[in-house]
Amino acid sequence: MMKNSLSLQTISRIAVFIILLFSVYFLFAGHNNPGGGFIGGLMAASALVLLYLSFGTKKINKVIRINFPYLIATGLLIAMATGVISVIFGYPFLTQFYEYFHFPLLGKAGLATALLFDAGVFLVVIGVTILVILTIAEDDD
Amino acid sequence: MSILHIAILAPFIFAIFIPLFYKYLPRIHTGWFVLVLPTLLFIYLIRMLPTISKGEVITKQFEWVPSLGINFNVYIDGLGLLFALLITGIGALVVLYSIYYLGKKGEALHNFYVYLLMFMGAMLGVVLSGNLMVLYVFWELTSLASALLIGYWYHRKKSRDGALKSMLVTVMGGFAMLAGFSFLYVITGTFNIQEIIANADVVAASSLFIPAMLLILLGAFTKSAQFPFHIWLPDAMEAPTPVSAYLHSATMVKAGIYLVARMSPVFAGAAEWFWLVAGLGIFTLLWGSFNAVRQTDLKSILAYSTISQLGMIMSLLGLGSASAYYGYEDYYVIATYAAIFHLINHSTFKGSLFMVVGIIDHETGTRDIRKLGGLITLMPITFTLSIIGAFSMAGIYPFNGFLSKEMFFTGLLHSLDITQFNMQSLAFLFPVIGWIASVFTFIYSMIIVFKTFTGKYQPEKLDKKPHEAPIGMLVPPIILAALVVVFGFFPGLLEHTIIDPAVHAIHPAALAAGEHFGIHIYPWHGWDAPELWMTIGVIALGVIMYLTLTKWQKIYEFLRLHKKDPINYIYDYLLDGVIRFAKKVTSMQMTGLLRDYLAFMFIFVIAIVLYSVIRYDVFSIDTGNMEGIPFYFWIIAFVFAAATITVPFIQYRVAAIIAVGIVGYLVALFFVIFRAPDLALTQLLVETVTTTLFLLCFYHLPELRKERSKPKFKLTNLIIAIGVGATVTITALSTLVARGHRPFEAISEYHLENSYKLAGGDNVVNVILVDFRGFDTFLEILVLGIASLGLYSLIKFRVKGRDSI
Repeated sequence: MMKNSLSLQTISRIAVFIILLFSVYFLFAGHNNPGGGFIGGLMAASALVLLYLSFGTKKINKVIRINFPYLIATGLLIAMATGVISVIFGYPFLTQFYEYFHFPLLGKAGLATALLFDAGVFLVVIGVTILVILTIAEDDD
Repeated sequence: MSILHIAILAPFIFAIFIPLFYKYLPRIHTGWFVLVLPTLLFIYLIRMLPTISKGEVITKQFEWVPSLGINFNVYIDGLGLLFALLITGIGALVVLYSIYYLGKKGEALHNFYVYLLMFMGAMLGVVLSGNLMVLYVFWELTSLASALLIGYWYHRKKSRDGALKSMLVTVMGGFAMLAGFSFLYVITGTFNIQEIIANADVVAASSLFIPAMLLILLGAFTKSAQFPFHIWLPDAMEAPTPVSAYLHSATMVKAGIYLVARMSPVFAGAAEWFWLVAGLGIFTLLWGSFNAVRQTDLKSILAYSTISQLGMIMSLLGLGSASAYYGYEDYYVIATYAAIFHLINHSTFKGSLFMVVGIIDHETGTRDIRKLGGLITLMPITFTLSIIGAFSMAGIYPFNGFLSKEMFFTGLLHSLDITQFNMQSLAFLFPVIGWIASVFTFIYSMIIVFKTFTGKYQPEKLDKKPHEAPIGMLVPPIILAALVVVFGFFPGLLEHTIIDPAVHAIHPAALAAGEHFGIHIYPWHGWDAPELWMTIGVIALGVIMYLTLTKWQKIYEFLRLHKKDPINYIYDYLLDGVIRFAKKVTSMQMTGLLRDYLAFMFIFVIAIVLYSVIRYDVFSIDTGNMEGIPFYFWIIAFVFAAATITVPFIQYRVAAIIAVGIVGYLVALFFVIFRAPDLALTQLLVETVTTTLFLLCFYHLPELRKERSKPKFKLTNLIIAIGVGATVTITALSTLVARGHRPFEAISEYHLENSYKLAGGDNVVNVILVDFRGFDTFLEILVLGIASLGLYSLIKFRVKGRDSI
């Protein structure tokens, strides 16, 4: 795609990590602040798109060996698992739980199964976005 | 389920085994196996005759769909048994005849006998069921079987056309009848015929009385080939001759007669019933006999003759219904009596005549009377049979047709004394029309006999060398002709055994149990009886007209009747018209253009929304809050509108994509202003990703189809677009006002209060997405996954080498 764009590649190397970090922040902050799985997923996907744009798909495909259809499936399974677990314990489908714990380093923190659900959303959104863009971009016919 | 039920269903059960006989016993004609069944059924049914003669009835119950009141209950009285005997008796004879008529080679015998048995069972079901819905089911089965039998030689176009026509006409009537039955159910709350008859006064008082009567009569008239629905019967003559003899003379066409007779206790006494049944019947009699004379094909003559004879029976039933007014005096009941008697007679002589015509066709290769002639010495037995049948049909002593013809005249003359139904001024029409029609009946009966068997023998016009038929083919018409003679000499055999109970079923109030009608069938009425002179007149004028046939036959050309029945023109016009109209409508709305379909949908949306807005007067605008809007908001709204309006005017795709992108980012800005941070973030990201996708897709668009022209400006599109925009705006504004006085609390209060308490999250939007309404989110990511996998498989797994999209 791109021939040799040194400045773009250099900036991308740094920016991608910042964006990825930001996306993970969105994922975790979602429950109490703006954000969530969907936004985080889109953000992470745009970081990957940036990588593809600056280094070309061939190079990045060597580095990121993710099968995106599997990623989508994994995300869906995680999201569904949170629902099924509540069924196993006798609650209606997709009942979410949360509890506060004292962690050794972090101190008191809330843990919710909703986060797991959000993680599923996160994975699905990344998978969908990248799969769509890569499929169209790599189509030579 | 009793033996009676099994007897009725036996033909259906037996039909299953026919293909096995045909396949595994090919050396024996399949018909021999079939013959067993109607014979056994006939014996079984005739054993009930003594019971029925005593005026008793036999009923058997079987629950089918009790929750809907649809039960297969068998009800056998005189009327039902009479028909059942005709069906099985003539059925047996027809099967025997068909064994010799249809060869073992080259005929799909298994089809033929399966259809025939299906018809037989259906017909038995029609006449023996005491439930209207069950009757209807069997009724449609007879239509179906009839169409299958008419189209038996399906490689001939004429057969297929005839089958289609009979199907369309009879099923049309059948549906009407179903509606009529439903009306009766609505009125009385039952499908049981006897219960409906018991509630006849309730039916008569109902406002649905006339619609129910008309619809049921429509069913009866189409089935019984009454004017103007008779057109299917001549075309049904494309069927094999045993079928014509069985279905189209003796049994199925009498199903309508049966229905009229069966429904008489409910409807008799109404002027509409009298005029429709009697009036249409007598006109059908005239029309059928008048048209029969011009035919050159023997089966066509018989078809029109059947139409006319059915009209005669129908008119007699109508005249008999007048007796409901006069306390069922024998004086008026005689018409009904004549109807039943002639029904039996017609089945005997018409069945034998059809078989005779089949023999002639089979042995000479033609049915055209212009080619036939002088067969008297070659086929003496056939000639004798045809003379018996045709003379009986013409009403000549000593055959049974003479007796019923005289009774017909008696009934007609008695109609002069009917003072109801405006009959004083019109009563003379019945004897006059009946008498004229009898003259024509005489003429065509003579044509059948003398044009075929006397005159010049023309062997050069015949395909085969004619000779007498095999004995097996002659036995059934001999039996029927023997019955013609026996009933002619000993009509008393029928009087108390079967006609009395049958008439009693039609006029249940006329007789107490065990009594008999004071009517007797006798051939000699005395010199002063007008019936005798009417018959003599018919014969005298008939002979003169037959001898001068060539002189006055030009009248048909003058009346333009010589080619085909004028009703056929109407039928063809209607059928073509329906097809043409349907094609026109379809080609008008099904253009194949997506934009047209979209336009239809949008127009519909506009129409329905505007209609409800105007109908319920809900449009309202509240301008009170307009002052509170800050100035910067106006600027954003203006830019938003400007960007939107530019999109349709942009010539280049890239520019359009960018303009759409601007609109998207402005939406994100709106979200920011209305304090929806999650939405704003999502909108920004989604907008970016979709713009990327747009650009990628644009890159892939093929060179050739690059459409750089301005989108065609279409006024209609503009109007539709403005209309949709206006309706949506109106709805939105009205909803906004309506929100001011809504009766319910918004659920968002609950979410705001409980999001931290119950779900442990401060971000209410996210809590709703993953917790309160997690199910929606789950399905949404599923949608995303399916969409991407769909796209993936569309692109990756498309078949290479074909024309790409």
